[in-house]
Amino acid sequence: MTAEAPEEAGTASDAVPLPADSPFGVDTTAKAQRIIALYPQSRSALLPLLHLVQSVQGFVSQQGVTFCANQLGLSTAEVSAVATFYTMYKRKPCGEHLVSVCTNTLCAVLGGDAIYGKLREHLGESGKPLGHEETAGTPGERGSITIEHAECLAACDFAPVLQVNYEYYDNQTPESAVELVDALRRGEKPAPTRGAPLTDFRTVEEQLAVGFDTDPEAVNGPSASAETVRGAQLATDRGWTAPTMPDDAALPPVPEKR
Amino acid sequence: MTLAADRDEAGELVVPEGYVKLTIDGLEVIAPQGELIIRTAERLGLQIPRFCDHPLLDPAGACRQCLVEVEMGGRPMPKPQASCTVPVADGMVVRTQHTSAVADKAQQGVMELLLINHPLDCPICDKGGECPLQNQAMSNGRADSRFVDTKRTFPKPLAISSQVLLDRERCVLCQRCTRFSSEIAGDPFIELLERGAGQQIGTSATAEIATDDASRTTEGKPFQSYFSGNTIQICPVGALTSAAYRFRSRPFDLVSTPSICEGCSSGCAERVDTRRGKIMRKLAGNDPQVNEEWICDKGRFAFPYVSAADRVLRPQMRNPKTGNLEDTSWTEALQVASRGLLEARERGVGVLVGGRSTVEDTYAYSKFARIALGTNDIDFRARAHSNEELDFLTSRVLGGIPEGGVTFAGIEAAPAALCVALEPEEESPIVFLRLRKAARKKSTRVFHLASWTSPAVTKTFGTLLPAVPGEEPRELDHLEADVREALSAPGAVLLVGERAAEVPGLLSAVGRLSDTTGAKIAWIPRRAGERGALETGAVPTLLPGGRSVTDAAARAELESAWGLRSGQLPAERGRDTGEMLRAAADGELAGLVVGGVDPDDLPDPALATEALRQAGFVVSLELRRSAVTEHADVVLPVAAAPEKDGSFYNWEGRHRPFDVALHRSDGTMLPDCRVLDTLAIEMDADLFTQTPTAAADDLRRIGRGRPATVSTPDQPAAPTPTRNRANQAVLATWRELLDGGSLQVEEPHLAGTARDQYVRMSANTAREVGLGQGQLATLSSDVDGDGAIRLPVEIADLPDGVVWAPARSEAGRLHRDLGVAHGSLVVIRGGGSEA
Amino acid sequence: MTDKLTPVLTKRWLSPNSWTLHTYEQLEGYTALPKALRAEPEQLVQLVKDSGLRGRGGAGFPAGVKWGFMPPNEDKPHYLVINADEGEPGTCKDIPLMMADPHSLIEGCVIASYAMRAHHCFIYVRGEVPHCIRRLNAAVREAYQAGYLGTNILGSGFDLDIVVHAGAGAYICGEETALLDSLEGRRGQPRLKPPFPAAAGLYGQPTTVNNVETIASVPYIVNGGSDWFRGMGTEKSPGPKIFSISGHVEKPGQYEAPLGTTLRELLELAGGMKDGIPLKFWTPGGSSTPLFTAEHLDVPLDFEGAAEAGSMLGTTALQIFNETVSVPWAVMKWTQFYEHESCGKCTPCREGTYWLAQILERMVDGRGTEEDIDTLLDVCDNVLGRSFCALGDGAVSPITSGIKYFKDEFLALCEQNRARNSEPALAGAGS
Repeated sequence: MTAEAPEEAGTASDAVPLPADSPFGVDTTAKAQRIIALYPQSRSALLPLLHLVQSVQGFVSQQGVTFCANQLGLSTAEVSAVATFYTMYKRKPCGEHLVSVCTNTLCAVLGGDAIYGKLREHLGESGKPLGHEETAGTPGERGSITIEHAECLAACDFAPVLQVNYEYYDNQTPESAVELVDALRRGEKPAPTRGAPLTDFRTVEEQLAVGFDTDPEAVNGPSASAETVRGAQLATDRGWTAPTMPDDAALPPVPEKR
Repeated sequence: MTLAADRDEAGELVVPEGYVKLTIDGLEVIAPQGELIIRTAERLGLQIPRFCDHPLLDPAGACRQCLVEVEMGGRPMPKPQASCTVPVADGMVVRTQHTSAVADKAQQGVMELLLINHPLDCPICDKGGECPLQNQAMSNGRADSRFVDTKRTFPKPLAISSQVLLDRERCVLCQRCTRFSSEIAGDPFIELLERGAGQQIGTSATAEIATDDASRTTEGKPFQSYFSGNTIQICPVGALTSAAYRFRSRPFDLVSTPSICEGCSSGCAERVDTRRGKIMRKLAGNDPQVNEEWICDKGRFAFPYVSAADRVLRPQMRNPKTGNLEDTSWTEALQVASRGLLEARERGVGVLVGGRSTVEDTYAYSKFARIALGTNDIDFRARAHSNEELDFLTSRVLGGIPEGGVTFAGIEAAPAALCVALEPEEESPIVFLRLRKAARKKSTRVFHLASWTSPAVTKTFGTLLPAVPGEEPRELDHLEADVREALSAPGAVLLVGERAAEVPGLLSAVGRLSDTTGAKIAWIPRRAGERGALETGAVPTLLPGGRSVTDAAARAELESAWGLRSGQLPAERGRDTGEMLRAAADGELAGLVVGGVDPDDLPDPALATEALRQAGFVVSLELRRSAVTEHADVVLPVAAAPEKDGSFYNWEGRHRPFDVALHRSDGTMLPDCRVLDTLAIEMDADLFTQTPTAAADDLRRIGRGRPATVSTPDQPAAPTPTRNRANQAVLATWRELLDGGSLQVEEPHLAGTARDQYVRMSANTAREVGLGQGQLATLSSDVDGDGAIRLPVEIADLPDGVVWAPARSEAGRLHRDLGVAHGSLVVIRGGGSEA
Repeated sequence: MTDKLTPVLTKRWLSPNSWTLHTYEQLEGYTALPKALRAEPEQLVQLVKDSGLRGRGGAGFPAGVKWGFMPPNEDKPHYLVINADEGEPGTCKDIPLMMADPHSLIEGCVIASYAMRAHHCFIYVRGEVPHCIRRLNAAVREAYQAGYLGTNILGSGFDLDIVVHAGAGAYICGEETALLDSLEGRRGQPRLKPPFPAAAGLYGQPTTVNNVETIASVPYIVNGGSDWFRGMGTEKSPGPKIFSISGHVEKPGQYEAPLGTTLRELLELAGGMKDGIPLKFWTPGGSSTPLFTAEHLDVPLDFEGAAEAGSMLGTTALQIFNETVSVPWAVMKWTQFYEHESCGKCTPCREGTYWLAQILERMVDGRGTEEDIDTLLDVCDNVLGRSFCALGDGAVSPITSGIKYFKDEFLALCEQNRARNSEPALAGAGS
């Protein structure tokens, strides 16, 4: 195996240039090039580029696959292989908002399954519950909502949790979740428990792709609740601390070469 | 490496440098460092079941079928190890399923898991009867499954190309196919898709990615690789099948014959499977020295020509009254042919041998020309050729055998390789695979003297040495110091294609480069028979065994060996292909014997047609009706390669003998050597080539002669053509592997995997002529002939003012339709609407 | 005797705008860095070895030893990759850490990169936490502006670039070699080892992959020294650790305590079991660590203690379940998770989780048999230690431990089935 040359340097690409009227214009290409420049090898930019593609179209389309293949000199099959591996890449156009309900064991037992079931019913039409990765409303239109059941979202102390466009809504109940989606459908943007002020799925996908451009207001959105700091608060209340550090702890000597 | 290793006085195994000693199932064995346990065990005769493992692919450890117990330094490893990923080590103790209950249970467990989702459709599966899963499930699996739940199913089959079909529910996801395609072929067009239990093999065309209206123009791409058939062969289950073979036969119905591929000059080992007088399929043979275990799709699938509808099966002669060709008897056909040739012989008869004949057949043509026709007017080069080339072949190529010259192994070991007038993937696919392997595994630096960065340049991790057509000799004489230095390293090779003859001075420059760097030359023609034809004297300057026609002593030696009277052999240099055609067209030659030549392959097809028309008497030895047949007075049917025995010399000079693989049910076809032998007898000459065996014996008997002394050519390069009008460009061209050539007829599935065809030019050139990517361009000859080739434009990194087009495409053939060749000036125009 | 809680990593979380450089600098932030940059890289590796810091991502491999595997020269580019792909069910410590105190991770990255001669560091964060990614990106930007990142850091001549990289939803990318493949823009499937990342990792170059909590601990160790660090925790598992307590407790949350603390102690801090309903089962370190029960309340939660009691410390993600929860159901849910997240590369994990999930779904649905329990255990045996990476091992943990401690519940489900099937079948019934 050649350590220096990545395998794809020696493989064929079948991507052809996209037509001039493709949704991936100069602006997207410029962003793609900035992302690629961050990495020692261009292929590392593929995951961010697929997020970028989703920020343009709300899902990964065949054209999006071709766009990535073109930018990175990959075959379209190589890009498809990656796009179909990761759950965050959607194959169908997403709604304005993506609502992800954690239904992993712990959230499920505390109400996650009930929340997901309730939302499916509530967002379904004519008695047919909405399915995983299905959309209420028309993708691309205001108030449209795609729902999914998600695996552990790493917020178990706030169980049950759900996310809207990956911003956290903690300690939910079926009732609070219904209220939340109803507000979303009305075009409102209720603030997440933890996260930036709510935008929409495509905006967040762009932030995931080009995170270095995020605006300060979003950065300063809340990140902690009582649960997060419970231990730290309890320690403060009780006066518990870690042992005091010595004033000037010496580093070990340079180890002798064996 | 032998199993009967040396033992010292104490009876201990002697461990040579670079080897280790280990124990497998209680047997002590020495093994080279780095060898994987699974292979060492195999050398001991211990078969460990496996699916993902393949000796020519990088280890994957994915299927987990080959688990064994391993102990190192007296400490057992906590888990069973995949023996396909663990290299042997000194003092290692391995227990396979034969001696370890843990390994046995692990293997049975994995097998049961593989089978829970595998359909029980063996009775209708192509692989049934030769299936590693079937076999190993019997040897290493449970008798019955405990799985009672729902199996994973998929719609079937999925065409991942026009040639390869995928039944996903049969797939065990060993990834041999995807690893072959990305590692060996460099064509990552088939990939793993999805995840977990939903994981499947597919292409971007089969990936379930939404196709909304806006996306319709960019559908995913199929599995388009010249090597795709290998994935079918290495698939350990029936997941990948070929459109050509699917449901056609059962393994136990087939008669299998080891053979040699007639498709190109590599001489790949292959296996021909026939049933009731028809070829059902071809498989790659295992020949580590030549093709390893791979063949190209042309070699694998291009065999229906043998049973093509237009095969000539009976002798034919022209009815003098009607002027039509009519079937006749061998006796009459040979009598008529003999009479015609004897009459024509007075003024002269030329012999045109195609480049696809066997050694035995070209020997017969060579001998027929000299003895029956008394002429040196013979040439195998049914393509662009020159005197410079003949001198090059005589001084640099003739007589080289693998031991002394460049070989496949030599390419793999070379520190650097330079391809000259050779587009390896298109013109010699197995050479391409070896170049890629060398670059990938051994960091060989590969240079390509060509006009643009073709896929082969990329896939050999190569460096393009850009050259304007015609300028190649000057480029070679002025290589950058870095390149010259790389080529000066011991073992460096120059791989020269037959197209070098199209550029005056190029072969001279190759000779100079070899002399100044020490790099060895390999001449790699496209056709299977060219090297043999050179060795057997099917050229105007050489007799069989490398003897010069102008060397009296060599002639005398051969006259004696052939039992001729002294001075009987013609002593003057004969005419080459072009000279024969001109002579025939001018009426200077009275007859032609033509064996397997397509006039359209010749540099000047119009001249060839005129020659055939003007030659008084034409005898054609052919497989199928052709442009020659139209003008022939007598047509003598001959056997296709699988229908006869014989041999080729591959480009290495390696002798590649093969047996009859196909016994037709509608009669036996005769090899050219037999037909010529009988015809010669009619003409009162004895060739002793009644059978290929007899011809081979005769050839061996005469041996090699005194080597012809021809100095290496020293032809200057031609002046660069000047572009003196707008829209003019210098043409670069070569033939692509799958382009509807004569061996590829009647195989639409194969044709479907041909590359998209384009006219390529730089962005500047395109702008100059007002064209853009994807727009239709029209090429015509500089002299504004009638012909026009219309193909979409692809922007590529050609030098400005150069345009590349495939020599043969659905849009037309450059030689025939435009009368242009590599280095000619052509005119580019917009072709109207977008492609 | 140390205090019951020892906030080190979580200390700053209470401060306003704790994520900003300003706050961090006010609270001793970036004071370890100049000290580290004055030292020889080998001294830092030795310090971390001496401290006994063990990987906080689950496996507990000694961090200093891992660092020591990196070549002691710069013949090739070296890389440091931070595993911030937190996704093990129950685990929720790294994300709050990165949101609340991103600079501690960044300072740790600079020190660790310097110690391992890396000039490029990637923080691979799971994609589903954009807020965490924002905070990290903002902190990286601040650190560049303040001269803690970039070229010639603090005049030391040392250069480092950090890139925050968003994943895209795949649990397997928490496996370090799968993470590297994913970071190279591929499917996140584990690589063959050897070669280990220290020999050939990212782009085939020497690479170390460390967990967030591990690296965030480094600045404190540099400032406090190894003895200070060893003043917390146990001999073989020293230091403080963030215990994430979730589920049926009164006060779920993040509790930073010395390694070796027991669940009984932690439960007390967390206000006891919710509504007083008794404990039934719990995971010591995420769903991949075999279940514990009420009999394990006093197991010291360090790497040795958890292992001796038949489980693993994992990520110290304590998921607490009370008596109202069905074990077969919980095991089924986890198995469905592993089936969903199996990468598909190897047979045992791909096909095994597919099969196990179906059996469990059937059992929970009341259609199981006693033989199914034997089959479950035997299939688990055919997956455990047979799969390519540890995901397969983790997948069977809930099943084998669930059956070990709660076989009666599985049998009871089968009993229901038998009772139903043994009702006399009358002609036409059930059709």
